[in-house]
Amino acid sequence: MTLLQVNNLSIAFGGLRAVDDFSLEIQKGELYGLIGPNGAGKTTVFNLLTGVYKPNEGIIRLDGEDITRKNTIEINHAGIARTFQNIRLFHQMSVIDNVKVGLTERFKYSTLESVLHLGKYRKLEKEMDEEALKLLKVFDLDKERDVLASNLPYGKQRKLEIARAMATSPKLLLLDEPAAGMNPNETAELMETIALVRKEFDMTILLIEHDMKLVSGICEKLTVLNFGRVLKQGETKEVLQDPEVIKAYLGE
Amino acid sequence: MTKKKFKDQFITYGIVIALYLIMEILMKTGNLSSHLKGLLVPMTYYAVIAVALNLCVGILGELSIGHCGFMCIGAFASAVFSKLTQNTLPAAPRFFLAFVVGIAFAALFGFLIGIPVLRLKGDYLAIVTLAFGEIIKNVINAIYFGVDSKGPHISLNNVMDLGMEPDGQVIINGAMGITGTPRDANFTIAIVVLLLSLFVVLNLMNSRDGRAIMAVRDNSIAAESAGINVTKYKMLAFTISAAIAGAAGVLFSHNITSLTATSQYFGYNASIMILVYVVLGGIGNIRGSVIAAAILYLLPEMLRGLNTYRMLIYSIVLIAMMLFNWAPAAIEWREKVAHKFIKRNA
Repeated sequence: MTLLQVNNLSIAFGGLRAVDDFSLEIQKGELYGLIGPNGAGKTTVFNLLTGVYKPNEGIIRLDGEDITRKNTIEINHAGIARTFQNIRLFHQMSVIDNVKVGLTERFKYSTLESVLHLGKYRKLEKEMDEEALKLLKVFDLDKERDVLASNLPYGKQRKLEIARAMATSPKLLLLDEPAAGMNPNETAELMETIALVRKEFDMTILLIEHDMKLVSGICEKLTVLNFGRVLKQGETKEVLQDPEVIKAYLGE
Repeated sequence: MTKKKFKDQFITYGIVIALYLIMEILMKTGNLSSHLKGLLVPMTYYAVIAVALNLCVGILGELSIGHCGFMCIGAFASAVFSKLTQNTLPAAPRFFLAFVVGIAFAALFGFLIGIPVLRLKGDYLAIVTLAFGEIIKNVINAIYFGVDSKGPHISLNNVMDLGMEPDGQVIINGAMGITGTPRDANFTIAIVVLLLSLFVVLNLMNSRDGRAIMAVRDNSIAAESAGINVTKYKMLAFTISAAIAGAAGVLFSHNITSLTATSQYFGYNASIMILVYVVLGGIGNIRGSVIAAAILYLLPEMLRGLNTYRMLIYSIVLIAMMLFNWAPAAIEWREKVAHKFIKRNA
């Protein structure tokens, strides 16, 4: 079953066509990779998918629903969560509060109940704590629950960002260069985490990555972007052996 | 809410109640000069507005230097109400309703001003709040408002222009402001208002809405991508902050007999003074705001005897507080002391 369907997506900044005629189809449960040289338009694709930019042309459908013109918040509610290339945590908040921010839309009580700590406050806060701890346990962050996010080591900050994204209970998870700045050990651990997320939550994942070990290790399908256009699309093995891809991106 | 947070809140309320009891005992035993007695209510409402501003600056992360404008609105709206109902309502319900009116008006204006202001960021936002603060003060200075048997009259020219019947009563007399507001405020009520505003802000910080507000402060792009409605929560925090500032204004106007919208109390200098309380008390540290407001308001008044050296000592205290709160070495030292203290007690 198709979860994400993107047809002929284009966006131009002035004279530069950053993404040109981009199409993509992701099936439910797939782990999909988006690769390409620097400046190829990978992050722009993510920004288009999450409503940060509005495309000039094209249609984006999530689970059959047209989300092309929706804004970032609506798209998150529709079921897409993301992480960022440069980690964006709520750095002055504790680890558990970071995750609880992700839970905001799932556990609703009113502002009056927020201010007075009455009504549904106690019950829902308890449920939120439990839910957040459950998530933190999956990412092995439960021991750091009260640590400030900015005081976490780099690898754990990445994990927390993924945990926060998962807290919004998305249908599709977008990871923008999750292994950037990581050493080989951390990358290996990250690969385990991503595999775990897939298993635990039955999650569909689209990721941008430059680390070829990670890409060839876990991605089932790949799309290669070059100068805003799709260079090659298909099974990981085939794509990585394609002479054009080797020439444009991997190097001979 | 974790135990630590709970304890933190408890300490904050405790400090306020302790301060209240000490002052009450001093007053009852006649150890407080009448000059100092007169400073207690202002000290408390400055603590209230410092808490309000800290919600805006520290929790929402938007620098506002026009908060005295909201205090001004709260002061005038409630004073008009009290004047109108002076002869028809008994003091207690009248003062309570004055709070409702003052807070409601300040919140309304906070909301309306928030719509354009919160689209801006950083320095621009600060400058525009400053402008709005001044606009509010100047507009109120120009308003003439009176009531007679035919209903309310309003003018921006002069009292004559109101065209009132002989039985009419002028309520706002332009730059002369409002005179004869009942003096309903006292130290006890002021402390209750301070405790309530602390209750609201501290509870908010530990709730769903508060976390969303802090998420917007820390990273609005990430907050949006986590499904947080950034605009909504910015407006919410700004409106609540304005409302609390309005409550401080109600205390202000019911503590003096003649209320005028002067720069001394409602201009940008006053707003910046409150910002000083917030910054030196620690941005985002609600308890710090209360302590800083109390110390920094009382200090220059207590030092009046020293005359020429007054401002010199005041500025040295400002610098000392800044170092104590923000210098890395001082923070380290504080943490070490706190750690030792906790160990000894454990």
